[in-house]
Amino acid sequence: MVDTKVDLCGITMDNPVIPASGTFGYGYEFAELYDINCLGTFSFKGTTKEPRFGNETPRIAECPSGMLNAVGLQNPGVEKVIKEELPRLAEVFSKPVMANVSGFSIDDYVYTTELLAQQEQVGWLEINISCPNVHGGGMSFGTDPCMAADVVKAVRKATGKPLIIKLSPNVTDIAAIARACEEAGADGISLINTLMGMRIDPGKRKPILANTTGGYSGPAVFPVALRMVYQVYDAVSIPVIGMGGISSAEDVIEMMMAGACAVEVGAANLVDPFASRDIIADLPRVMGNYGISCLRDIIGAAH
Amino acid sequence: MKQVILTIKENIALTPTTYRMKLAGDVSAVAASGQFINIRLDGHFLRRPISVNDVEYDQLSAITGSEKDRAGTITIIYKVLGRGTEEMTHFAPGKELDVLTGLGNGYDLRDAGEHPLLIGGGVGIPPLYLAAKKLRADGKDVTVILGFNSSDEMYYIDEFEQLGCSVTVSTADGSCGIKGFVTDAFRDLAFRCDSPCLAEAGLAEESDSEFTRFTHFYTCGPEPMLKAVYNEVFKKAGISGQMSFEERMGCGFGACMGCSCRTVTGYKRICKDGPVLRTEEILW
Repeated sequence: MVDTKVDLCGITMDNPVIPASGTFGYGYEFAELYDINCLGTFSFKGTTKEPRFGNETPRIAECPSGMLNAVGLQNPGVEKVIKEELPRLAEVFSKPVMANVSGFSIDDYVYTTELLAQQEQVGWLEINISCPNVHGGGMSFGTDPCMAADVVKAVRKATGKPLIIKLSPNVTDIAAIARACEEAGADGISLINTLMGMRIDPGKRKPILANTTGGYSGPAVFPVALRMVYQVYDAVSIPVIGMGGISSAEDVIEMMMAGACAVEVGAANLVDPFASRDIIADLPRVMGNYGISCLRDIIGAAH
Repeated sequence: MKQVILTIKENIALTPTTYRMKLAGDVSAVAASGQFINIRLDGHFLRRPISVNDVEYDQLSAITGSEKDRAGTITIIYKVLGRGTEEMTHFAPGKELDVLTGLGNGYDLRDAGEHPLLIGGGVGIPPLYLAAKKLRADGKDVTVILGFNSSDEMYYIDEFEQLGCSVTVSTADGSCGIKGFVTDAFRDLAFRCDSPCLAEAGLAEESDSEFTRFTHFYTCGPEPMLKAVYNEVFKKAGISGQMSFEERMGCGFGACMGCSCRTVTGYKRICKDGPVLRTEEILW
């Protein structure tokens, strides 16, 4: 028997697979299809202080081996999430969930973090300082080490629960930002959010996305994500969650060898709703192929 | 929703740019007309969402003898719009496709009344066929308006007529039927009190209440057409209806929020809460 258990900031997960925020809603579209308790956990839809419609459509464009999205943090707002989404989620998911928090000011982040951290279901808080699709806030906090540290310090005061900071790849020195977050009190780092990109409709001579630019995700970005996880693992001593284009158990192994103690699966869930379940089911076989008996043993093995 | 492997039985051209594909296998998740399927294509990341044109059930049995995995054939009609759909035209019978079936809400045919009106434009025509088939099976008096750019793009007129629908065609260039758009055809139908349909229905003399003959409408087509239909048929003529919308989608099953829209009753996902919206909830 192989051991797929991993530890994430003091909470043991049955396996390292976490559907990424924005690709898994609040869980129940997928709970209609399979028992989502097979997951390590999942990171729910990015939640903000106020309800948001997000950007105008089109919000989606296809790319080679991936897609652009510019949803723009559509969500019902933290109060409704607590009142309506989390009780529904409790009916289908019995493990601690990862709450994903976004904001447009430091006060926004603190407000939303405080409310979500009080929820018993919430095991971790993933602070998204890297959304490329909103104007003001979002990624602007995650592209500067000082601003990133300011957000982390503020939300640190709001909760004792594990705080994972989700970083943007749209920076020149990801290691410096990760270090600033660690020094400011983060318990973990997750990366990468999407890479900023765009597509043009040649017939219309206009960008496809209403927002002009969007975030690139899917298998195409996996090597970029892997490289950044490798760099951040060297830069910090807190746990790192790797994500970006993971679509197979082999990808999970690679990402963990780069330094990830857990992984998030994003775009793959959208084209194959069973992707996360199937990756988990396939892990023991792939571990066997590489002579891995305990998944924890391979974290950072490539260094 | 169900993820199934379907086998291509037929893939033929109806016009130079419009193709019909028949897919055999487990069709049990298709519950209503107006729903769509989402097809995975090799070499393309996102699936291709295409409306269900028809569903037929195998005569004798199901795959396992239960309704749960009912075998049959799904028909889709697709237009070549990009590389993905272009590649689909080369698929040969026998090829297997990974398909998510039973997506979207579909049309609610319980509101049809006795004289439903179906309005389809171009590539929006296919889902109305299954609606028409079900409505005719319920004994409804179905009127269909089909709009095309030109006569060389026309398809499925005979098929609707064979169901026993009264079909009116409009073409933008006037090469067949009424010259103009589906709304021109609608005005023509609604105002013509000598029309055979009205005469048959005994309504020929009721020229002051021309519009009342239609009890409800169902439509699908390009957005400018939908908007014109909304204004003419719902706003001006006062007939309620259901409109099927198209949007670029990520997942097609409600997870990614890629295809959201605003409605009177809040934000809706075209893929999961739609693609069919009621005229009363549309914000235009």
